[in-house]
Amino acid sequence: MTDKPRGIDPRMAGFNEKVANDQRIEPKDWMPDAFRKTVLRQMSQHAHSEVIGMQPEGTWITRAPSLHRKVVLLAKVQDEGGHGLYLYSAAETLGTSREEMENALHEGRAKYASIFNYPALSWADAVAIGWLVDGAAIVNQVSLQRTSYGPYSRAMIRICKEESFHQRQGYEATMVLARGSKEQRAMAQDALNRWWWPSLMMFGPHDSESAHSGQSMEWKLKRESNDVLRQRFIDQTVPQAEFIGLTIPDPDLKWNEECGHYDFGEIDWDEFKQVISGNGPCNKQRLAHHIRAAEDGRWVRDAMHAHAQKQNKREVA
Amino acid sequence: MNKQALPLFEVFIRSKRGLDHRHVGSLHAEDPEQALDYARDVYLRRSEGVSIWVVRSANITASQESDVGSFYDPMDDKPYRHATHYKLPKEVDNM
Repeated sequence: MTDKPRGIDPRMAGFNEKVANDQRIEPKDWMPDAFRKTVLRQMSQHAHSEVIGMQPEGTWITRAPSLHRKVVLLAKVQDEGGHGLYLYSAAETLGTSREEMENALHEGRAKYASIFNYPALSWADAVAIGWLVDGAAIVNQVSLQRTSYGPYSRAMIRICKEESFHQRQGYEATMVLARGSKEQRAMAQDALNRWWWPSLMMFGPHDSESAHSGQSMEWKLKRESNDVLRQRFIDQTVPQAEFIGLTIPDPDLKWNEECGHYDFGEIDWDEFKQVISGNGPCNKQRLAHHIRAAEDGRWVRDAMHAHAQKQNKREVA
Repeated sequence: MNKQALPLFEVFIRSKRGLDHRHVGSLHAEDPEQALDYARDVYLRRSEGVSIWVVRSANITASQESDVGSFYDPMDDKPYRHATHYKLPKEVDNM
């Protein structure tokens, strides 16, 4: 390797040029290891979030207040499972395996969105998740439709097409509660009180504090910064809350005429750090449930495998 | 040499980075590498794409037209899977 040409690796130059020209990087393209590692981390984290995210709402499927609400919630939770699949498959184009990603999750080496470590205590929580958590996810995912890794971008486009239903059903059901009895109204407000701040935390630390943001923006993996996306979510959600007479639990929230955005109070970053590092209300429960589901389903996969082997033997014979 | 014996390959082209590969047609070839060469000669004569996939047609498992009922029927009575199913007042309808 002594006769390696001086200066920038031509492969790196090609990669940089594609990124600079807003071209997508595709699986068979050469890419720097750090890029591969970063996309993989982001996609696996995103995939795990979709799948772990099925749990808080999933507990309400059997307890939803009507048959209609049950089938809607079931359909939504099924969608999330599908979104996990899109993202795991996109991540597998980088040469990792589903098993490796799952192991990393089970061993605590891979993360998922910290918001799913909060419990859905009431029916109002189950639908506030659709309105707020899916609402925040959509803001992020719309931006990621233009991410520079091709398979990730395509998965985002597919997912965004399906997400609108998730947010609308959540908001519509919250609206019914907010316009219902005094008790129902109190439930809706209570859910907003508890889910508002964790929803804002979904966008991650402030730009000035974000460990990976700078490089990811340079690679165009991330197209807009955490703070820009968070502000967009706040600006669109506050009028939605006001419209149904609910109060955002932030005394500092105020429309800023001058800049055309809402000013808002400081996020409790200690809480964010606690939940991310495993000390949220449901971290252990979420992971234990995921592991148990994988173990409980093993006999089905074993049976399917045995059946396939038997069929193969028959064909050969 | 019996040309009829050459296996059939399906050809997929990615017209531009960022887009999915799309099926454009098929051709006969001895092996996948030759199929790639042929596909380039036939389907990429006018910068139609930046990437080609070829796959042996025999390796494709396809649903049948007659299966269409069991694939799509159950969805017709699940309108709640669509965003338009949820009617919102116009003030908040942009969601």
